[in-house]
Amino acid sequence: MAVGASFFQDDEILGKAYDSRIVGRLLRFVRPHWKLLVGALASLLLITATDLLGPAITAYAINTYIVPLGATNQALSIAARENGVLLLALIYLGALVLGFVLRYVQIYLSAVIGQRVMYDMRAQIFTHLQRQSLTFFDHNPVGRLMTRITNDVDALNDLFTSGAVQLIGNFVTLGGIMIVMLVVNWKLALITFAVIPPLVWAVSFFQNAMRANFREVRSRIARINANLAEAIAGIQIIQIFNRQEQSFRSLDGLNRDYTNAQKRSLFFFALFFPVVTVFSSVATALVIWFGGGSIVQSALDLGTLVLFIQYVNRFFVPIQDLADKYIVLQTAMASSERIFGVLDSPIAVDDPPQPLKLPTPVQGKVAFQDVWFAYNEGDWVLKGLSFAIQPGESVAVVGATGAGKTSLIGLLSRFYDVQQGAVLVDDINVRDLSQQDLRRHIGAVLQDPFIFSGTVASNIRLHDDTITDARVRQAAEYVNAAHFIEQLPGQYDHEVNERGAGLSVGQKQLLAFARAIAFNPEILLILDEATSSVDTETEALIQDALGKLMRGRTSIIIAHRLSTIRNVDRIIVLHKGRIVEEGRHEDLLAQRGYYYRLYELQYAA
Amino acid sequence: MQGLIYLRHYLRQHVGGLLWGGVLIIAANVLALSLPYVTGLAVDDIQAHGNINNTWRFALILVGLALVTGVVQFGARYVINAISREIEYELRNNLFRQFQRLELDYFQRRRLGDLVARAINDLSAIRMFLGPGINNSLNTAAALIATLIVMFQIDRQLMLYTTVMLPLMTVTFLILDKRISQSFKRVQDQFGIVSAQAQENFSGIRVVKAYTQEAAELDAFNNVNGEYMRRSLIYARFYSVLWPAMFFISGLAAVVLLWRGGVDVIAGRIQLGQLVQFNIYLVQLTWPMIALGWVVNLFQQGQASLVRVREVLEYDPTIKDGPQTNPDARVAAGAVTLRGVTLRYADSAHDALSDINVAIPAGGSLGIVGATGSGKSSLVNLLTRTFEAQSGDILIDEQPIRSIPLHELHAAVGYVPQESFLFSTSIADNIAYGKPDATKDELERAAEIAQLAKDVVDFPDGIFTVVGERGVSLSGGQKQRTSIARAVAKNPQILILDDALSSVDTNTEAEILRRLHAFMQGRTSIVIAHRISTVKDLDQIIVLDEGRIVERGTHDELLRHGGIYHAMYRRQLLGEELGIDNDEAPAPTFVQTEIPQE
Repeated sequence: MAVGASFFQDDEILGKAYDSRIVGRLLRFVRPHWKLLVGALASLLLITATDLLGPAITAYAINTYIVPLGATNQALSIAARENGVLLLALIYLGALVLGFVLRYVQIYLSAVIGQRVMYDMRAQIFTHLQRQSLTFFDHNPVGRLMTRITNDVDALNDLFTSGAVQLIGNFVTLGGIMIVMLVVNWKLALITFAVIPPLVWAVSFFQNAMRANFREVRSRIARINANLAEAIAGIQIIQIFNRQEQSFRSLDGLNRDYTNAQKRSLFFFALFFPVVTVFSSVATALVIWFGGGSIVQSALDLGTLVLFIQYVNRFFVPIQDLADKYIVLQTAMASSERIFGVLDSPIAVDDPPQPLKLPTPVQGKVAFQDVWFAYNEGDWVLKGLSFAIQPGESVAVVGATGAGKTSLIGLLSRFYDVQQGAVLVDDINVRDLSQQDLRRHIGAVLQDPFIFSGTVASNIRLHDDTITDARVRQAAEYVNAAHFIEQLPGQYDHEVNERGAGLSVGQKQLLAFARAIAFNPEILLILDEATSSVDTETEALIQDALGKLMRGRTSIIIAHRLSTIRNVDRIIVLHKGRIVEEGRHEDLLAQRGYYYRLYELQYAA
Repeated sequence: MQGLIYLRHYLRQHVGGLLWGGVLIIAANVLALSLPYVTGLAVDDIQAHGNINNTWRFALILVGLALVTGVVQFGARYVINAISREIEYELRNNLFRQFQRLELDYFQRRRLGDLVARAINDLSAIRMFLGPGINNSLNTAAALIATLIVMFQIDRQLMLYTTVMLPLMTVTFLILDKRISQSFKRVQDQFGIVSAQAQENFSGIRVVKAYTQEAAELDAFNNVNGEYMRRSLIYARFYSVLWPAMFFISGLAAVVLLWRGGVDVIAGRIQLGQLVQFNIYLVQLTWPMIALGWVVNLFQQGQASLVRVREVLEYDPTIKDGPQTNPDARVAAGAVTLRGVTLRYADSAHDALSDINVAIPAGGSLGIVGATGSGKSSLVNLLTRTFEAQSGDILIDEQPIRSIPLHELHAAVGYVPQESFLFSTSIADNIAYGKPDATKDELERAAEIAQLAKDVVDFPDGIFTVVGERGVSLSGGQKQRTSIARAVAKNPQILILDDALSSVDTNTEAEILRRLHAFMQGRTSIVIAHRISTVKDLDQIIVLDEGRIVERGTHDELLRHGGIYHAMYRRQLLGEELGIDNDEAPAPTFVQTEIPQE
């Protein structure tokens, strides 16, 4: 029970926050939505403007009406001053409404861009994976591919909704504030800016500490998760073996570790805000000290001083945010790199540019000519295999595990390509055909009768709507599957859940037979599972169905059932990637050769 | 509030800390007010063209105050949150302890993921309510009271005008947050569907390719992919409003302040510095008001989670030591007797076992055979008190099984379950699971009896190889044999094998049985099997059918009897002999074993 293992995989290894190559490719995904992007960026600039407007209006109101400066303003009547303030307040209100709308537009547009890009990415990844050969799937566990198409793509969401656009926004805001301050009073501005470098340092120090801590917290909680899951799954053993106390102690230890990590994290969290408070007060103090002195010396007006005090407080949010965004960028770069890794994986088995066509009607002649094949280079599974199967002939392939039986099916369906030699169907090299053309005429019943979630009928016809309900039923009846299907609650519309839970192994196999028959292929490949767990009646049904399946079709069966082996036209005996014997069951037994020994060994116990 | 009442035992442990935290929060808020106050004073002083030397005094006071405020703020944020972490720790430990005490039935009725979620997510929600929840409630209250008092003293009308908008933030937050979490839930549901669709495609890629369904699969995927995007955008529509709205409302207060406050200054009712002060106060109240909405949510979520956690903590285990337990009762010789025993599982319409009568003398052996679902495992589960019978007597060494302390009963039983369960520790640790002080010799002896020794040699770290790591995942047979070794190492008086040799090949089975036979001298053994060869040498064999004993006797007696047992035996023999002319019998299979290399 290695419940814990998966939690520690794929833990983000953070690297660069910016990689021009990756960003370039990401931009290609964004390009179709450039109008939205322009809209979002324009809103962003306008938001900054409205944000800066508030304090400026206040400063203007103070200097002109509230505590008027200069002779003209001082000459205004009280009523005129009051009206002036009201008018400016209304302008402020207008700016607020505008700001509200723009903010909404900007956030929503960013979300739209992000969602569209992610939709496109998921679709592209999925499309690419559909084209990949089985070699690729053999080497990439399903869990990893799942992470690419779900979590990695979702990690990019942050880049759009709170990352890239906001990042630009923060720079603009910060820049805007600094420019206005410089324009209004550059001396005072420069003095105030003195707090920026230490602030940036402090912020990044905290971000680093918190990030390291966050990772620690996550790995600890994952450990609790895994251990608790194990303790619950094994509760019967724990109790019968009287290990409750030890089990508790080990969980307690993990719990303590986790709590301590959380408290360390809390320490930094609690410290961060006070530090910002202190910095912002220092900045305010600088403004008062130097600015106040200037006013006393009449080098500065009061409105400007208030403006500065307000702006200083707006410094800190963007700087704090910038540090946050850095992590978002890093995560997005790492995710993109993994996604592009999948998209860049070469397609090992591809259609030729000008595919040949199988003759109509397809005859079903199959030939292997000096075929050499290895899943992994140098590790030969088939070594110069040659044989021919005539249309309509049924052939069983037997041999010990690792003899290369299964690879025959993979090569004939062109799930894999041979390294040397050729596989021919109706005298045409399968590499010269389109995969679709080839596979439409080859029905494969695989070792693990894979069941999709959906109805029984949809599992037989898959997505092929040209297969009518009548044909689905016909196929099911032909392979003896109709009986059990009709006993299911919704019969053909019965929903089977994932992986066919609720169906027995035998029933799943019958369903897979029905699927093969519904598609009515000229050539049939069957991987016959050793089904020890099937009850006697179902076993009889399967055997009967197997016989019917092979009738009138070129059939290659990787056989485990003796009855099947005895009923085929020919048996090919494979040993270490070569054909060692060939012939009918009785003849081969009479030869007292390898087949005979294989047979004896399997049944001698 | 009910939640706080339930948690009072936990809170009481930390009364000092909680009080201290409360004081710090109040102090932090009072201090936070002092900063704008000093700023305001400074502005007024400057406006009055005061002494130039005053400006640096104000600046110094400001920095000094800020430092003090910072320290207090740190404490205000740390103390109560740290206590909430400790309470979370204690609650989790109590959950762990409770899990160890609950009967198997409890776990079988619940999903594993759900129980783990209670120990992690639900406790986290309770902690959020205790930490940030209490913290922010106190903070909002303190900030509000302190700010309002100061504002009141400056200008009560202005206070009224500007603060009347603030509750709007709380309300808006609550309304929006509800819609946001609802729409987010729909996004998450769809995320699950997208994942499932992709996973199914990748797992079934062979079928997809064999039937050239790639294009159709892409359509199907893009269907759920598109729905995911659609739902995400609905979610975006709600969350896109939240912060702009908060910004807007807080800005509204500033507008009112400019207007009313400006007029006040013009009229000479207040000083300009006070206006600036007001402005800063309003900004400072923004977060506490939003937090209030957040706290309401935390409170609701915490309550819901507490209900789920209490359900576990307050569950009274049905199988435990009780008044009927005799603390001095022990299992000595290991004689087992069942008299008229009937078992019916909750939610079941019929008995799993009815009227079972069996007597196994100390040191004797019993074999149990029967079809799947005939009650074989149920019977042995009664002997470990994993389940409890509704009626009848179960006696161990002539004493009722319930009079024996559970710990003593379990100490005497070696149990090999039908589905091997190993812990992700080393093989040695797994074998020594019931006898942690076992010597290396004892472990090796157990491994030898279970025929595990020869496999272990090939593992990277031998017997100390960790199960499930570094690519060493054991085969079904190896797991079963480790599980047998674990039961043997415990040196039990009663050994129970529940179909424990099903994944072991017949030759190895014979070897294990031969060694177990020697080991079992003087111990009581109960063996469930679906292969006749496993039970044929035992003292007595019972055949179960739909919860009843339908046949009993020795192997030879049962064969003579010519019933179910005889039929099973014949089928298995036929299977072994088959090859030439028997089409009726179930076909044997070419078992996938390696052919020895010549």
